[in-house]
Amino acid sequence: MSFQLLINLIMAIIWMFMNDAWTFSSFISGYVIGLGIVYLLRGFFPDRFYFIGVYAILKLILIFLKELILSAIEVVGQILQPTLKITPGIFAMDIDLEKKWEVTVLSCLITLTPGTLVVDVSPDNKTLFIHAMHLPDIEKAKKDIRESFEKAIQEVSRT
Amino acid sequence: MSANEISSWIIGIIVLLGAVLSLISAFGIIRLPDIYTRSHAATKASTLSVMCILTGAFLFFSIVEGLYSARILLGIVFVFITAPVGGHLISRAAYHSGVSLWDASVQDELNGKKQKQPSSSARESNNG
Repeated sequence: MSFQLLINLIMAIIWMFMNDAWTFSSFISGYVIGLGIVYLLRGFFPDRFYFIGVYAILKLILIFLKELILSAIEVVGQILQPTLKITPGIFAMDIDLEKKWEVTVLSCLITLTPGTLVVDVSPDNKTLFIHAMHLPDIEKAKKDIRESFEKAIQEVSRT
Repeated sequence: MSANEISSWIIGIIVLLGAVLSLISAFGIIRLPDIYTRSHAATKASTLSVMCILTGAFLFFSIVEGLYSARILLGIVFVFITAPVGGHLISRAAYHSGVSLWDASVQDELNGKKQKQPSSSARESNNG
């Protein structure tokens, strides 16, 4: 992915050289043209066309923001109840991610999800121990959300 | 109303929302029963509140004063990245130094796992 990005940047700089116009707008037009050329030549690269990865990263950031707002609303709702009705607990969850940065991003996402907090990661990076604020009715729904997180992260790292 | 006035209303609402959120998360730290539920309140609501206030400050300086401060944007990104890690590390340290959960907690699946594997501090003392 970074290799294709580098090629695209070099193409933009070459475009600026050819036009002898050293402005930001000419860089942008060169970048867009280079993007088209990289797309046409995508069969020669071992990885997929890199803009799909960029799109997946943008989607991940949007999920991050959405979950942060939802989780803040839910935590505020639980704090402001006149009597605490929470039933906290720690549950284990198996994950299917290989690289370390993926595990880190997933645990950051889970920590910012409504009502869950990563307490520990097992030494082989295969299990997350998650403290949930309200366990009984939520665990199933949380699993679904987390499946979508895991899928979004795998989407970024897939080649 | 001019555009400037409208934007300053919006900025005021954003900053007020951030302040209220941070007040509520402080209430949460007082009210909730044990350290894990407290760190729920401390990581989520206060992260969002700090981000709201910083976004409001950025919008104020960029729209009203015409001054684009990249430092505030960097601050938002840093808070966003480091706050969940901080909450995780504090609760992890609490768990491994034996802070017990609240009495009403339903289950604790980490408990059995912890006995089997030697903790990192025990390993260090064996090596040294």
